[in-house]
Amino acid sequence: MHSNNTTIDNFADIGAKDGAPKKSIAHKLAEKQQEISVTEFFEKNKHILGFDSKTKSLLMGIKEAVDNSLDACEEANILPDISVRIDALGDDEYKIIEEDNGPGIVHKMMPNVFGRLLFGSRFHALRQSRGQQGIGISATIMYGNITTGKPAHVQSMVEGEIARQMDIVIDTKTNRPIVTNDKPFNWEGKEHGTYIEYYIAGKYVTGKQSVFEYLKNTAIVNPHSRITFTDPSGKTFVFERATDIMPVKSKEIKPHPEGMEIGEFQKYAQRSVQKTVRAFLTSDFSRVTPRVADDILRKADVKGDTKPSALDRDQCKEIVKAIGTTKIMAPPTDCLSPIGDTLIKKGLMHVLDGMRPDYYAPPITRPPRSVNGNPFVIEAGIVYGGDIPSDGPVTILRFANRVPLLYQPGACAITKAVSNMDWRRYGLEQRGGKGIPYGPAIILVHIASTKVPFTSEGKEAVADFEEISNEINLALRTCARNLKSHLNKDERRKKTRAKFEIVQEILPMIAQKSADYLGKPVPDLDSSISKIMNVIWVEPTVEKEKGKSKRTITYTVYNYTRQERSLRLHAQLPLEAVNQIDIAQDDHFVEINDEGKAAWEIDNLQPSKHTSVKFVLAGEMADTFSADDVYISGINPVIVMGADALPGDWGIKGMDIVEYESDLVEDDDDDTEEVENLDDE
Amino acid sequence: MTIQRRSRTLTMNERDTKTVGNLTSIVGQLYDQMDAGEVPEMSLPLRSKKNIEFNVNTGVWNYGNLQTVRSLKNLNAAHMMLRTVYTCDFIKGQIEEHKSSTLREMYYISEGWGKAKFHSQDESNLLAEDLEVVSKCMREDFKLRPEESGAHVYGNVTFTTQTRKGMKSIHCMDDVAETGFAVPYNVENDIFKIEPTDAKFVMAIETGGMFARLIENGFCEKNNCILVHLSGQPARSTRRLIKRLNEEYKIPAIVFTDGDPWSFRIHASVAYGAIKTAHISDYLATPAAQFIGITASDILNYDLPTDKLSDKDIGALNAELADPRFKDEFWISEIQTMLKMGKKSEQQALAKYGLDYVTDKYLPDKLGDLGLI
Repeated sequence: MHSNNTTIDNFADIGAKDGAPKKSIAHKLAEKQQEISVTEFFEKNKHILGFDSKTKSLLMGIKEAVDNSLDACEEANILPDISVRIDALGDDEYKIIEEDNGPGIVHKMMPNVFGRLLFGSRFHALRQSRGQQGIGISATIMYGNITTGKPAHVQSMVEGEIARQMDIVIDTKTNRPIVTNDKPFNWEGKEHGTYIEYYIAGKYVTGKQSVFEYLKNTAIVNPHSRITFTDPSGKTFVFERATDIMPVKSKEIKPHPEGMEIGEFQKYAQRSVQKTVRAFLTSDFSRVTPRVADDILRKADVKGDTKPSALDRDQCKEIVKAIGTTKIMAPPTDCLSPIGDTLIKKGLMHVLDGMRPDYYAPPITRPPRSVNGNPFVIEAGIVYGGDIPSDGPVTILRFANRVPLLYQPGACAITKAVSNMDWRRYGLEQRGGKGIPYGPAIILVHIASTKVPFTSEGKEAVADFEEISNEINLALRTCARNLKSHLNKDERRKKTRAKFEIVQEILPMIAQKSADYLGKPVPDLDSSISKIMNVIWVEPTVEKEKGKSKRTITYTVYNYTRQERSLRLHAQLPLEAVNQIDIAQDDHFVEINDEGKAAWEIDNLQPSKHTSVKFVLAGEMADTFSADDVYISGINPVIVMGADALPGDWGIKGMDIVEYESDLVEDDDDDTEEVENLDDE
Repeated sequence: MTIQRRSRTLTMNERDTKTVGNLTSIVGQLYDQMDAGEVPEMSLPLRSKKNIEFNVNTGVWNYGNLQTVRSLKNLNAAHMMLRTVYTCDFIKGQIEEHKSSTLREMYYISEGWGKAKFHSQDESNLLAEDLEVVSKCMREDFKLRPEESGAHVYGNVTFTTQTRKGMKSIHCMDDVAETGFAVPYNVENDIFKIEPTDAKFVMAIETGGMFARLIENGFCEKNNCILVHLSGQPARSTRRLIKRLNEEYKIPAIVFTDGDPWSFRIHASVAYGAIKTAHISDYLATPAAQFIGITASDILNYDLPTDKLSDKDIGALNAELADPRFKDEFWISEIQTMLKMGKKSEQQALAKYGLDYVTDKYLPDKLGDLGLI
């Protein structure tokens, strides 16, 4: 359980772990004073901590519990199985039950984890975690105590140990748990996990800022988890696990000196176990080499052998100032655990499948960057079409460290980045090229960071730093370009289908009828047909085998031009889903590399003939391949319909274009005929 | 389905032969293009307000020289061409077998045409007009009839026309009820004769309410005139009848409508020629017809009750400013006045001053100015 929360860092010492360095009497006194202010702080700042309205209080409590469960499971390498149940008791009182299959909490720690505000806050242990974002499960329990007068009931079981249960009330004066009914019990059928049951005054709502929405969105970005939700009417929803792949564990890193504030720095210095400031700088921070440390100390005019705890405020101020003017390497970024493009896609597909979207733009994971000494990664994805409502603004799903952000969309850097893009260029409607675009789309943006910068203590909106906005913008642009290219392809496919209708149905009917009318033979239409089509047509078909994750993909290539044609087809396949022997069975197959980039060659396809390329994808990753993402080389892309030119950054040299194409497709503008409708009989 | 058999002639007359010949050449052109391995194309005059020109000789508006090309490369155009071939074949059969059908019947007959079938009657009507334009024939030549239009005539005029009991003469006041004489779809001289009359003017009226008001107030008896109820946008035969009364019998023609942008268009189609039928404006439009109201100035001068112009109304008025038929001083000033006050009014708003006001004051004022009363 991590309840790292910067605003209340001033109070964080209370919950400090045993083994903290010795402190002065004054400091210990200060601790006592602060202790009182924790509850006061909570009382006064309910609103900024997220307990400002009844609907939000209900959601915040569940969010704390679920975020903790997910973090704990991740830590212990367990695929999470989480259930949430809400019972309405009347008079705005609810009973909340949350249960996980996490590692459990050792008996001794249970009272502290659930019954002490800000417990377990490991000061300055920086890592990407969900718990960062809340004040903690104990705050929920305290809020429940205060509003209903009822204790919380908790159960926990560590694997191989006996399960324990207890009732907990938090003494708001001393910030100490009062435990009753503490006893071991036999937890039937459970191997490990934690169960919390508490009462809270709140209000259950549906819609955009509901528990359901929060859990649904949580399922999208945590495809490795299974979440069950039972709402107050007794209806149960299950968000099934979409993958068995656990997220890569995020690593703890030391803080980077950039972005340190004076107070923060001073406190960190006082708690350091290092003997000298120089060692403090080089050992307790990341990216501070002895040379950098010397540089900082020289600029700050502080002696290197000073004891860190002896630094006064002015000295700290000077050091922080010196840090600002010293060039320090950006923080390490391998500590982050982004969701990754395939898993974002899996999560989206799993949760949004009911809307039957036409298109999932390949999600983008940007390279890590840093802001204020904290590394971060931006990820984005776009889902388009199908039953997604097309008459309203697009839905923006915001996430920070795999936690959905449901409040304050207007203040958030993510919403701003979406609004500041001109989406008209990418096929969405947007008045004046600014603001939230309209159309059947869902836009997902995730920021992963050791310390997500929020606009306020409520931690509901990402702060609008330029570094962050830029990254969001770059990620969105890439997704949007893919969306546009999909829409273009779609448009072209429509045109092609229209041409098929013309040459296969309408033209023969005209020929037959006019021949009958005139009493002449039906004319030969081959030449007319080629002139109307004048394309190479690549048509993908996907066959799904019922109940199995096996897909057979066929590309049929038609030559509707008047010359013989040769070309190569390219596609990037999920390697996990490819059987290297099977795929080579196809006569046209050329190669597949270790990135899954495959090529097929089609030689001398005669006019009005067709041929096809076939392969099978099987296994969990089979559905991540979109059959529309097929490319061609060795032929002028202008005369090909259904496939794009091999992109320049594909990294594979395609076949060279051997012939000069003179017969380009004419752009047949639709000759819309104007007729005034209101003008005649 | 009632396909009527006309039992007059059994051999094709000259006009029928010419019609079939023209249709055959349309089909022949498409066939020849396919036979030559080309992509079939059809070109026809652009039927929009961008392409109508004033004919100084006839005083009406016809299509200009702008052409639109239907190519088989375009799906919509391909459907139109397919329907064209089927429709030509259907009309040819109809002419050869001396049958006729209504436009609506043709729409239903197309049910059996597979991909060539019409999806709405608008589509079939539009295609029939296209064929008129391309073949330089008329709908009547195709033996295609419109539905009853709902237009009526009341007043001092006698028509002699074919009835179920042979040719009969009908006086449009003495021999009809107060609803008037229903205008048939064919008012050509060969089956519809207009007897000479001393009526002083013929007045086309937009709304049935006003038509009935004038009849009830004895307006025709008092002023020796003919009233034609247009029933919205007038059908071809209604316009043709007004033209015949005006040009063959030298009876001055007056148009009396509501005061709104759509009514202005009704007048334009009576007097100048409608855009959709600009290929036969010579035959339908009455260039001498005069508009008496309700004008925008009437709304001000008579202080009539009004409605606010809707966005659609404003759009229509602006479109009229860009319409070459309205490019004269009177219309520009009327349209701009209406836009400026943002109000429109109805004929029947004159009832504000009593039921007799229109016949006692408004029309005598207006017609007096024209020297007709």
